Amino acid sequence: MTLTPEHADFRAMVRDFAAEKVAPHVAQWDRDHHFPVELVHEMGDLGLFGLTAPEEFGGAGGDFTSLCIAIEELGRVDQSVGITLEAGVGLGIAPLQAFGSDAQKKQWLPDLVAGRALAGFGLTEPGAGSDAGGTRTRARLEDGEWVLDGAKQFITNSGSAITSLVTVTARTGDRPDGRPEISAICVPSGTPGFVAEKAYDKLGWHLSDTHPLTFTDVHVPEDHLLGERGRGFAQFLATLDDGRIAIAALAVGCIQACLDLCVEYAGQRTTFGVPIGSKQGVAFQISDLAVMAEAGRALTYQAAAMKDAGAPAKQIKQAASIAKLYTSESAVTATRIATQVFGGYGFMEEYPIARFYRDAKVLEIGEGTSEVQRMLIAKGLGLPVE
Amino acid sequence: MANIVVLVKYVPDATGDRTFTSDNTVDRVGVDGLLSELDEYAVEEALKVVEAGDGEVTVLTVGPEQAADAVRKALQIGAHKGVHVLDDAIAGSDAAATSLVLAKAIEKIADYDIVMTGLASTDGAMSVVPAMLAERLGLPQLTFASELTIEGDTIRIRRDGDAATETIEASGKMVVSVTDQINEPRYPSFKGIMAAKKKPVETWSIADLGIEASQVGTAAAWTKVLSFEPRPPRTAGEIVTDEGDGGTKLAEYLASKKFV
Repeated sequence: MTLTPEHADFRAMVRDFAAEKVAPHVAQWDRDHHFPVELVHEMGDLGLFGLTAPEEFGGAGGDFTSLCIAIEELGRVDQSVGITLEAGVGLGIAPLQAFGSDAQKKQWLPDLVAGRALAGFGLTEPGAGSDAGGTRTRARLEDGEWVLDGAKQFITNSGSAITSLVTVTARTGDRPDGRPEISAICVPSGTPGFVAEKAYDKLGWHLSDTHPLTFTDVHVPEDHLLGERGRGFAQFLATLDDGRIAIAALAVGCIQACLDLCVEYAGQRTTFGVPIGSKQGVAFQISDLAVMAEAGRALTYQAAAMKDAGAPAKQIKQAASIAKLYTSESAVTATRIATQVFGGYGFMEEYPIARFYRDAKVLEIGEGTSEVQRMLIAKGLGLPVE
Repeated sequence: MANIVVLVKYVPDATGDRTFTSDNTVDRVGVDGLLSELDEYAVEEALKVVEAGDGEVTVLTVGPEQAADAVRKALQIGAHKGVHVLDDAIAGSDAAATSLVLAKAIEKIADYDIVMTGLASTDGAMSVVPAMLAERLGLPQLTFASELTIEGDTIRIRRDGDAATETIEASGKMVVSVTDQINEPRYPSFKGIMAAKKKPVETWSIADLGIEASQVGTAAAWTKVLSFEPRPPRTAGEIVTDEGDGGTKLAEYLASKKFV
């Protein structure tokens, strides 16, 4: 791994911030399903949302490795806060940064980069998830305006008090071969007919702002098309590859949290007159957590380093899927082990382990399920998998 | 226009184990250290002052090689340049000798309006260096500021005492020490961390400052630490079992210790 002294200092800074600004409040926020807008602003002040954005829009022009470090360290204290940053940058800022016009970047990036605003990424639909080609939301060009009708679901950061826009994939026509033409369109919050419905009641990630979205006769100017017409699907696939590495970093944070909590608890909690950590049945399982954390971190930061070094896309894709698959499945295993180490207390919400247990599962689902990762890895190996 | 020199100290991490060297001084080399937390308030206040007007913040430290970490942290937070006085002869210096080295270094920096310090270091915690320094430099001292305002070249501070709150002011060059009530230090941003790499840091020896080795170090110290013993671990305490008279027993205990 190519971590520099600056990366180490940056990690220490985010760790301090997470300990002081996140840890004391997070149990309450989780109970209240409270999305902490103030914390988003503070993360913005630290430059976390602008890590990989260009300096002309207020970003730091930093590397992807730094973003992964920030997500891991926040995720180590709370997964919802980690996903808020991951989605804010990877799904909110990244598509605009990569495909937006100068005018679109000038209009939206400065606030997003500063953490004053958030953007969502409207891809998933009731009938289209990993099969993004099944998109039913439609947009038609009428008198210089796009008119959208349809619905999206599970959209992160899409309905908060500071959400400024959602970039949405929609069918803008049909190709000669009968497949749909998919384009991406920027829909500002507050546009008539665009409604972020009531937030989901989720198993985990209670602090994260996630909504179903509906679009009824929504009019936006023609220049709100993001990137090229008909390239919406390809653009979003490119966005998702990076997102997988970032999700892997979030999963590493989860595993590390399990490890930290277990080492502390197993040294203190006594049964039969000795700390439970003196029992091999407990100690060996905690050793396994350390292996998962180290292996997961190695895979994640190797993928991040490939991206920073500009490795061929095919290599990055494979490394991203491998890192995402290994770390997310390990995180679920790690929370199961940690909950068991904590025994009855592991089942109680007064200990943080219960929150990590609830939060981990979605890591195997979001930004491509484990099944999708295995399919992509198999394809990368040249297997004739369907 | 205010150029500010902020004194920063590299101290052992309070959460780690502390050890002493064979001459009974604090071991600053073999332990994990960091920028003294109380100095972060001085760095923050200095940055606020220059951001509101103009000028530059120079951080100055005296300490072993690792003390460069404290300078780097202050530069990451936003200070503009650093000076590190590094010399083996300084090891074991008392507060008086330390203030001599600092005073000579500040005179060499020359272009400054304010010397700003924290409340105390978190290791020695003597809180005397600002006063000694003001004496050596012949400057007014405004110590323990928990609020600071500037008008022209006059600085006014609020000094919260046990019995009264004082408002004090001074003009011209001066030494100001600030408490942990004065502000909330910022975190170094990612940009600050990257920018710090390119900021200038000068390293000076005592010869550069015109100081003789005999004026500093353990031999020159006015006081000597004869021995140290780690504080014994806290005892288990006394458990009062309530057999209907728990309240009485607690009251008797408090009375016996003269708490009531």
